[in-house]
Amino acid sequence: MAGFEPWTRERGAEIIAKESGREGATLPILHALQDAFGYIHADSVPMVAEALNLTRAEVHGVVSFYHDFRRTPPGRHVLHLCRAEACQSLGADSLAAHVRARLGVDWHDTTADGAVTLAPVFCLGLCAIGPSAMLDGTPLGRLDNARIDAALERAR
Amino acid sequence: MTVRVYVPRDAAALALGADAVAGLLRQAGDVEVVRTGSRGLFWLEPMVEVATAEGRIAYGPVTVADISGLLAADMLVGGSHPLRLGRPEELPFLAKQTRLTFARCGIVDPLSLDDYRANGELRGIARAREIGPAATIELVTQSGLRGRGGAGFPTGIKWKTAADANGERKFIVCNADEGDSGTFADRMLMEGDPFVLIEGMAIAGFAVGATKGYVYTRSEYPHAIATFNAALDVARRDGLLGAHFDIEQRVGAGAYVCGEETSLLDSLEGKRGQVRAKPPLPAHKGLFGMPTVINNVVSLASVPIILDKGAEFYRVIGTGRSRGTMPIQLAGNIRHGGLFECGFGVTLGELVNDIGGGTLSGRPVRAVQVGGPLGAYFPPALFDTPFDYEAFAARDGLIGHGGIVVFDDTVDLAKQARFAMEFCAEESCGKCTPCRIGSVRGMEVIDRIVAGQRPEANLDLLRDLCHTMKFGSLCALGGFIPYPVMSALEHFPEDFRPAHREAAE
Repeated sequence: MAGFEPWTRERGAEIIAKESGREGATLPILHALQDAFGYIHADSVPMVAEALNLTRAEVHGVVSFYHDFRRTPPGRHVLHLCRAEACQSLGADSLAAHVRARLGVDWHDTTADGAVTLAPVFCLGLCAIGPSAMLDGTPLGRLDNARIDAALERAR
Repeated sequence: MTVRVYVPRDAAALALGADAVAGLLRQAGDVEVVRTGSRGLFWLEPMVEVATAEGRIAYGPVTVADISGLLAADMLVGGSHPLRLGRPEELPFLAKQTRLTFARCGIVDPLSLDDYRANGELRGIARAREIGPAATIELVTQSGLRGRGGAGFPTGIKWKTAADANGERKFIVCNADEGDSGTFADRMLMEGDPFVLIEGMAIAGFAVGATKGYVYTRSEYPHAIATFNAALDVARRDGLLGAHFDIEQRVGAGAYVCGEETSLLDSLEGKRGQVRAKPPLPAHKGLFGMPTVINNVVSLASVPIILDKGAEFYRVIGTGRSRGTMPIQLAGNIRHGGLFECGFGVTLGELVNDIGGGTLSGRPVRAVQVGGPLGAYFPPALFDTPFDYEAFAARDGLIGHGGIVVFDDTVDLAKQARFAMEFCAEESCGKCTPCRIGSVRGMEVIDRIVAGQRPEANLDLLRDLCHTMKFGSLCALGGFIPYPVMSALEHFPEDFRPAHREAAE
């Protein structure tokens, strides 16, 4: 995935202003912030609250409720590995154990070299070609240890 | 002469290398590559189709390594090759289907409104305008269409309630938060035939007097989101959408519970996706407090053909109170996984064994979970159950959004039951106690049972806990988690016995 831009208040304010005209704009704003910076910077929370006439607690509540929103920067690549039942039926649990061991990280962690963040996901809609994953937005199906290793190798 | 070749760009085809295949075919001479959705035969993806004098000829599964051999075998004129499948519509998996909602999916260019019109569409919205809002609602009611998201509520009655409600604005909300494992019908349709959903929503808007529609799509579906947004742009340029009725797509943020209609509405309003108590019904007080119709993608996408062909055409298909067709999704450890649209009434055994071809691993089928993470696990002894809302309910199961996940004999049902509780704990919105606390306690109790700690007393406790969750939870998340747990316990009790577990390990 192309690198994220570094957080600045000016860019944050610009993004918030662009999205805040919609009704119920909280999620569109947070998505736009994360798309730009890779995560929701703590300084952006009061800015979103101000723009939408909400309390900081309300915005914090939204950020922390949804699995997608990260509050720390991700690695250069993000691997979403499916953990749901259809993929379990084809060995997703052992694939996940392999990936965690190979990367030396647990769920939600980033490798020490900052290369890969491992995120669990519950279903990518690729349930007839499991086990499945998404690497930087690219879907991957019929995975086994060798195929996921190759995909991670190409990404690095 | 330019040869037209069709290569799917459905996310599942992409996951198996369709982009690289399309790239090579583009360099194969005078070839026009058209990207389509998927026909839903995923074991054959990427499935490439060539337009020939005898109609389309399919090849699959095609990898980049096969391309030079296929071209040498005159694939571009339908030449013979081990991967040649013949005419796709004659493949048994497709020939046995009744494709109404998915009639065009995998065949047309999803972003060509001309293709959509050429296939006879937009007759649904034209018919609605001809007969008026009240008759449109009556026709949808008469068709027997029920909510395809899982709840099975009659669509026409929902529309009538919203139409009769007073509000300065009304909304059509499409639930595209397809979170159930084993389901991908909404994704396929949004990637393969987005205009049928747009037409269905426009009909709903016309029928209830709404001028704005929202589609709430899960963030795990980036390709569906992109295709649908592109389709919205096309529809606006064409005038199909505009001041009279417009649609905005919103993206979820990874919360399973937002597939529940009231928490979806809270999420659309910009809040934490927490469940609302009902009443008031969303049809009375929904999005921003206004009368709102909230329907699943497949429900809305089934409306255009109902308007076009009439209520009777749709209603004669099916069985009992389950009318019309259901796009059933065959998933998990299954040889022929994919989307199978047919009339209600086909049995579970036919779906898993005859159509699905049994397990992919070649081992015996031991269990299937129908209806997503909140659905029951059924053993082969229940394979005579017809696919029908009431028949599944009568056996303490549910059809949900139509997903069937197959497991072979290596599955451990105690582990699956524990996973159900763990999933519920992770995804609970936190509003009601039975779901928020019950799921955590449920995990602990199952751990004690499989560890052999006072198993009888703890099994009683688990049953009691499931009873409380079923009847005390505010929504289907806590309320239905007992289905997978109790069905695992009832049909596979041996998996919960410590002695069995030691032997297995």
